[in-house]
Amino acid sequence: MKICVLIKQVPSSDALIKLNNDSTWIKEDTVVFAINESDSFALEEALQIKEQTGEGEVVVVSLGPDRVQRAIREALAKGADRGIRIKESFPYSSDPFEIASLFAAAIKDDKFDLILSGLQSDDLGSGQTGVILGELLGMSTATLVVETKLSGESIRVKRELESGWFQWVTMPLPASITIQSGINSPRYASLKGIMSAKKKEIRLIEKKELSGSIPSLQSIEHVYFPQKTKRTEMIEGSVDQVVEKLTEIIQRNY
Amino acid sequence: MEILVVLEHNNQTIHRMSWEAIAAGQSLGKDLDLSTAILIMGSDVSTLTEETATKDVDEVLIAEHPLLETYTADGYARTLAQVVESEQPTYVILGHTYMVRDFLPKVCAILKRPLLGDNISYHIKDSRPVFIKQIFMGKLLAEVLPQGNQPYLITFQSAAFQSDSVRRGTGAAIRNLSITLTNEIIKTRSEDPFLETTIDVDLSSADIIISVGRGIGKKENIHLVKELAEVMGAQIACSRPVVDAGWLPPYHQVGSSGQTVSPKLYFALGISGAIQHLVGMKGANNVIVINKDPNAPFFEIADYGTVGNILEIIPKLTEAIKKG
Repeated sequence: MKICVLIKQVPSSDALIKLNNDSTWIKEDTVVFAINESDSFALEEALQIKEQTGEGEVVVVSLGPDRVQRAIREALAKGADRGIRIKESFPYSSDPFEIASLFAAAIKDDKFDLILSGLQSDDLGSGQTGVILGELLGMSTATLVVETKLSGESIRVKRELESGWFQWVTMPLPASITIQSGINSPRYASLKGIMSAKKKEIRLIEKKELSGSIPSLQSIEHVYFPQKTKRTEMIEGSVDQVVEKLTEIIQRNY
Repeated sequence: MEILVVLEHNNQTIHRMSWEAIAAGQSLGKDLDLSTAILIMGSDVSTLTEETATKDVDEVLIAEHPLLETYTADGYARTLAQVVESEQPTYVILGHTYMVRDFLPKVCAILKRPLLGDNISYHIKDSRPVFIKQIFMGKLLAEVLPQGNQPYLITFQSAAFQSDSVRRGTGAAIRNLSITLTNEIIKTRSEDPFLETTIDVDLSSADIIISVGRGIGKKENIHLVKELAEVMGAQIACSRPVVDAGWLPPYHQVGSSGQTVSPKLYFALGISGAIQHLVGMKGANNVIVINKDPNAPFFEIADYGTVGNILEIIPKLTEAIKKG
């Protein structure tokens, strides 16, 4: 079983976001980056599937500048076998279609049985790359998956629908599947894992080596902080003062 | 037609967000002076056609095929791609539903045309629409432009447009389209949808909801929230990470994958306010937010907010309300 896991490095959830000078993007140099949350669940799912089948490899694939090397190394420390990074200084200038096209060109010869990715990224939240990649490579696809069951040449997945509904879907391999957060409990890297990750291969690919890519189909023109639609009364002071004020508001109104 | 709105249905009823998509299509059509049509895909959609045709659009297009009886990503993607190629719309508009998120990126890949997803609005700039979406879990908004040739695939977030603003028309023309699908194209086999658990907490009718997020820290702290809920006569809700961590059962979850609520008071404790959560509680009359992060997006929609540690505040608040 050859499994590819798509990983994106995104600003961590508590990162303090500041705009750049012309408000076309954020100031990236002051932000702490981390592996996108649902991608961590996708990685764990891949590692578990490999352990169940007892053979094969897990390859993590990402796109971005040198900082992304750390995210790939972290995945290798958790147990992935090797990594592939497409070098891109400004990853946010590429849209999901362009990124998926680049991934398709980079991994088509690997003939993966399964591609797993998080359902969407916590930065742009497009939720497209895994599905587009699967379609470009002629694979079956499924999204918002909360359980996987592999059997021979096919995979049965439990998909989350809306309002508490679910559905089982069976499809032939190869398949590209996007994973919902919470599907498993992602492991921590062991000390042994961290040591052995240093020796694992990360293949670097220049964008221009990849044929078949086409320009981005969309562009972010401008970013800004949302305007408050409500007037918020901020309650300040010591814990006791805050509690007193909240008690008064709650008892007066509700 | 120049604007094509794609309808989502379960063979009997039309998805709430499809009416919102029709409202979006009508709005864009009016602003850009473009004609609008609605596409219905399925195996037999006759019961849905009549209702749809009463809306103020130029045409209702029917794409029927036996292989579209139940939803499959392959069937829907291939059908929509064929319709778009033959009809050549400029904009294809859909609600950002779970089903659309499942099949629309495939259409993007087949047609190699832009998919701008999950927009909350648009505005017209130099006589073309610029689409607005939330990024960084709602901390920022971005203006996005499609590049290259049409068509452009556009989805709108829940409640971006109002379904009751859909204009009625004088009877749209109905046109049947011919679709080519084969069994080989449809790779997936779907079983019947099912509900996971019986829901024994009725959050939809609760007046006061105390909702707890990741900020509660660990399962052992949940009792603090339960005690506060008891003295306030409130129901307990939570955000997705709390369910994922196993701290509360799934039926407490509010948001796009959980319940939709509209209480008099929504008291959010340690929830940052990601879009996926906020869409489930937009209907609340009043919102109180406590969070340690002053930049938590939840403060944007709060009536009262305080920056602080919920583990310190909750027990004291419970005591104070009990005494009062």
